[in-house]
This record gives sequence, C-alpha cells and structure tokens, in this order.
Amino acid sequence: MAGQLAAVIGTGQTDHTAKRLDVSMGGLCREAIDRALADANVDWPDIDAVVLGKAPDMFEGVMMPELFLADALGAVGKPLLRVHTAGSVGGSTANVAATLVQSGVHRRVLAVAFEKQSESNAMWALSIPTPFTMPVHAGAGGYFAPHVRSYIRRAGAPEHIGAMVAAKDRRNGALNPHAHLKQPDITVESVRASKMLWDPIRYDETCPSSDGACAVVIADEKTAGPGAAWITATAMRTEPTTFAGRDQVNPRAGRDAAAALWKQAGIDDPLTQVDAAEIYVPFSWFEPMWLENLGFTGIGDGWKLTEAGETEIGGQLPVNPSGGVLSSNPIGASGMIRFAEAAMQVMGRAGAHQVPGARVALGHAYGGGSQYFAMWTVSANKPS
Amino acid sequence: MRDVAVVGFAQAPAVRETHGTTNGVEMLVPVFHEVLGALGLTKSDIGFWCSGSSDYVAGRAFSFIAAVDAIGAFPPINESHVEADAAWACYEAWVKIQTGEVDVALVYGFGKSSAGKLRRVMTMQLDPYTVAPLWPDSLSVAGLQARAGLDRGAWTEQQMAEVAARSRADAKSNPRAQVKGDVSVEDLLARPYLADPLRRHDCAPITDGAAALVLAAGDRARELAERPAWITGIAHRVDSANLGGRDLTASPSTAGAAKAAGLDHKVDVAELHAPFTHQELVLRGALGLNGSRINPSGGALCGNPMFSAGLIRIGEAARQISSGQADRALAHATSGPALQHNLVCLMEGRD
Repeated sequence: MAGQLAAVIGTGQTDHTAKRLDVSMGGLCREAIDRALADANVDWPDIDAVVLGKAPDMFEGVMMPELFLADALGAVGKPLLRVHTAGSVGGSTANVAATLVQSGVHRRVLAVAFEKQSESNAMWALSIPTPFTMPVHAGAGGYFAPHVRSYIRRAGAPEHIGAMVAAKDRRNGALNPHAHLKQPDITVESVRASKMLWDPIRYDETCPSSDGACAVVIADEKTAGPGAAWITATAMRTEPTTFAGRDQVNPRAGRDAAAALWKQAGIDDPLTQVDAAEIYVPFSWFEPMWLENLGFTGIGDGWKLTEAGETEIGGQLPVNPSGGVLSSNPIGASGMIRFAEAAMQVMGRAGAHQVPGARVALGHAYGGGSQYFAMWTVSANKPS
Repeated sequence: MRDVAVVGFAQAPAVRETHGTTNGVEMLVPVFHEVLGALGLTKSDIGFWCSGSSDYVAGRAFSFIAAVDAIGAFPPINESHVEADAAWACYEAWVKIQTGEVDVALVYGFGKSSAGKLRRVMTMQLDPYTVAPLWPDSLSVAGLQARAGLDRGAWTEQQMAEVAARSRADAKSNPRAQVKGDVSVEDLLARPYLADPLRRHDCAPITDGAAALVLAAGDRARELAERPAWITGIAHRVDSANLGGRDLTASPSTAGAAKAAGLDHKVDVAELHAPFTHQELVLRGALGLNGSRINPSGGALCGNPMFSAGLIRIGEAARQISSGQADRALAHATSGPALQHNLVCLMEGRD
C-alpha cells in the first residue's frame, strides 16, 4: 500500500428509485451525505475536502453540476474536486478521495457520487452521433449483448447462468432497504420466462435506471477508530474503446487493474482471501465474465462458480450481497455504491445482507465500452 | 511532502477554429509528441495520466474516452479525468505522486469551443432550477460582475482597458497567442459595448486548443529537466454558486487557495487565468500582487482554450522558471461563472 493509511469511517446511500421527485439534485446528494456523516460520526467542520463524481453531465442537463451544488455539498470555502470516468466514476471518485488522504494532503475527505437520471434523458445523452465511432443505437444492452454471446460460446456456459445471477441479485436486493428493485420471490424460471431484449439478455437480467446517490467519509489513521474499513489497495486502468484485436469479453485493462490491486493488497489467491465482492454487474452475464477478468477463477470457469451457488450469501465468494447494479443503477453513483457496500461488509454494518464474518472485501466498477476500470480492496484488519 | 516539479509543457496554437473533431485527438497528438519528445520519454514512462475537458463543450457524452485514442492507450494506462479545467487534473496528478505510487505523470486538457455557441453553452453551468432557465449567458454574468465593481468604485473602465492593452502587447512575444498587438487605451475605450459594461477587449476570445504538462518527483525531475519548476504549494477552493449571495468584486476562494498553497513571499511573475479584464483586477487584489509581472504570455485574454487555459497558466509560469527568467512564480486557474472555483500553484527554481 502506497502512502499513508486511509480508511472508510462512514457510508451513506439514498433510497434508490426510478424517479426521486421529492428532492432536487442537491437534496439527493444531501440525503446520502447526511447519512454518511452520521455513520462516520463527524460533522461539516471535520471535512477537509469534497470530491464529487457522476457520469455524463448530459444525463441531468447540467454542465459541471459540482459548481451549482457547491453549497449543498458543504464545499464552500473548501477544495471541491470533480471526477468523471464514465460508468466507473463512482469507484474512481472513491479512489481519488482515498489518494487525498494517502498523500497526506488531507485528513478527512467526503466523497459523493450521484445520478438523477429522471431530470433528463439518458438515452438521448448517449445517442449523439460522433465522427469515427460506429453508432450502436441500441442502448448499452445492444452494445454488450455480442460480448455476452461471445463469452457463452468461449466458456461453453449453459444458458441458465445469467438467470441464476439475476435471481440471486434480486433476492439479495430484497434484503437491502435502499435497493430500487426488491424481488424476494424471483426464480431462475421466472427470469428465463421474461422478455428477450437483446439476445441473449432478457428483461429480468438488465439493470434498472435509478435516481440515487452515495457518499463515503475517508479518514486518516489518527481519525479512524475501531470498526473502520481500511483501504488496502486501489487500482484504475483504461484502454481505448475499439482497436483490432481488443478482447471485449476479457479486457486487458480489467486484468491489469486486478493484478495491480491484488499485488498491492498482498492477496495471492483472491478466491480464498476475499470474503465478499461487490462487482459491477449491470447485465447478469457480467458476473461470470468479471469473475474471470478479476482472477477469482481461471478463464472459462467463472460460470462454474456461479452455477455451484458459491456466489450467493453463504457461498465461497458472495458476489453483490447488496443486490448490486441489477437491483439499483444510479449510474454515476453505482460504482461508489459497490465500494461503499464493500466497506459496509468489513465494518459489519450491512444489516440483513451482511456476509457473516466478512473481513476482506472488493469494490469494483467499470465503464465505457468495458474499458474503464476502478477497484479497491478494504479490510477489517488494519494494515501493519 | 515529496518534491514534485513541472518538467515539460506543450500547447497547441490558440486559434478561433480548428477542423479537428471535438474529442481533441487531432490537437493532442502533436502536443503529446512535442512534450514527450522534448523529454526523451515514451508513453510507457508515464505512471499516471489525468485529463480535463467538458462533455458540454464537446456536445457529446464521454468525449474524454475518445481522447485516449491520442495516447494509444494499449497496454492499458493508469488514468483519471476531471470534468473541469486541466489545472485540476494537474492537482489530482500532483496528489497521486504524493502517495508515492508513481513518479511521473502527464496531464492534458482540451476543448473545441468553436463546435457550439460557447456563451450559451456556459449558461448550462448555472443553477438549473432557478437561474439557467432565464438563460443569462457567460458574458452577461461577467457583465454583472464588472458592473458591481464599477458601481462600487473598485475599478474603472480605464483600468480594464489597460489590462487588455498590456496583455495584447505582451502576447506579441507568444507564438501561440490568438490575439496580440499594440493598441492604445484611448482607442479601446472608444469602441462600442459588447455586453455593457464589457467591450470586446474585456472578454477573452473564443478559442480551440489543447495542452499537456509533465510532472515528475525528486531525482526523476532533476534527470528530466535542467531547471525544474518545483511546486512549493498547490491548492484550490470553491465559492458559493449563488451569484447574489457573494461579493462578486472579491475572490475569497482565490485568497484561500493562495494561503493554503503557502503564498507568503513576493513572486517574480504571475500567470492569472482571467477571461475578463476586470477579473484580473479581482485576482490581483485577492492575491496581493504588487510589483510582480502579470501574464507575460498575454494570458487568457489573448487565447482562452476552454479546459486547458488554466493548465496553460501553470505551464507558462513553469516556463518562466525553467528558462531562468523567474525564480518564484504563481499560476492561477479558474472554473465556473464569475470566478467561482479557483486554484493556485506556486513554483520556484532552485540553483
């Protein structure tokens, strides 16, 4: 671990839903922030800097919203940094906030990420034709469906794996008070009976479109007391969207980021050394794909872990005990929710979706055309 | 804190319009070539990349992703992006080096202002619920600020014109400047208003541009540069977005950033990111600059490439040190309407 020790001392989330008509963007952020400050047991004067992340400005129709939000974020008179790394931004924002502490520049940093998609039109925002880029005009599902099909073919995975992931994550989401979708009675059969959207991706295997925000308070060693989630590694990697030979099923940027992460965290066998993983899975098949990309299993073996039930709460590697992106997807916040949920697990504050005895957890986010990756590991054990 | 210095800098010519795409690739490729070539580095020597740009200026979501094509980012790179002027990307890169994780970072910014109607695009920065629906454009907001200072007696139209005349004269020695030349204050004051009380010379031109800067730590910086521009302090602060809730004739966030960066001595030279003449006067007051040379490059009034103009101030100030023309320099960057968000970077040469 480079630099000084840093730990998550509090997290907060909004209640995620399709349209939060009861709050403005500022109100949405404050709901998450107030919960995070209370969870961390700190107040505004304790916060040295604010870092805000969200996905494209066009999703809400506001250019650089951190500027008009400065007052609501409690940032006036303080440093306010804005991060934007596509769908991975929530994770990147937490990582940048962590570096502000690890560098010794600040002692306590508030990181916030949000998306209030109902304010504007996300499909329009992503549909502007640009030179030299092939228009998909089929949404994210249309872009990713060929990668999923390619994965199924390469790995020889049975067709029901995606439905297993969806059923598991939605059942987990029913245990999470903040989740947008709560479907305790969902089954593999009901998912497989749902409408085909982008073959082989069915309706119940896709993420919802949510309004929501997430905040974390990251503090230095002196501030972080017992019960903190120590940040043991962070990693970010980027590769271009398209070029000849790019492997979009198993992108190298993800593999490189994971390798750097495990090395920094001192983890040589992730499957046995990680107790819970919050992985960015917006379409169900990305669970087995990312299990391989992250190095939890060998190539072609990710689906076997899922099929054996080992990614359920109680399994060898519970994946997305919170319900994951399949249960709530406020895009700009989704990555930070993964990072915050990982912290909640090792802090023992995950409530009904707590993985018993979780000591080490992974937070993972990806964005763009599977080309932006951000991840961190957190531990209940203070690094020596 | 680790010793970190600016060791390399390059910028595209500031021009009214380029024919390139809005993702900056065409402007960035030669800039990367120049900055890396001068240092004898390749992309594999860079431990961390960070960029600043705006999707709204590009008129599309995720424009910064396509910009990494200019790097040739495979094998994958360790990278981040701020949706702000690249001066803030420079700050993030400086923080990253401070963690000890990396020793060399490349920071870049780009913006193609000519792609849209910049004055109206900038309106989208205002409060979307109460202010933006009234469509005050960027010149109107700056005009309110200029008028507030004139009415209060904080500055005069004559002083504003003097800033413009000095900037244009200084820009004559800057091959990258868009606007330059000798003009008399009397001539400028005889010209019509563009947005009362602002005349054309009070406003930065609309500019397409890009820039890149290399930061390095300790011995690596000494290897790469004969006279590195050592960063002795860098900090930023934000003010309220409520235009009616703050004194527009002052800049507490600039003063706060300068204090946090450790400004306690006179600097030889200051590069201030002031897109409007009266804003230079606000900044000089906030920074207490007396006797320092201001904007020898001509400043943003002579070329204002959105999202790299602030980074260019850091690069120009660093150049003053690396060339031996200054020992202590200050660079300032701004973001947001009416100087809402401000960054100060202090640098020095060590012999």
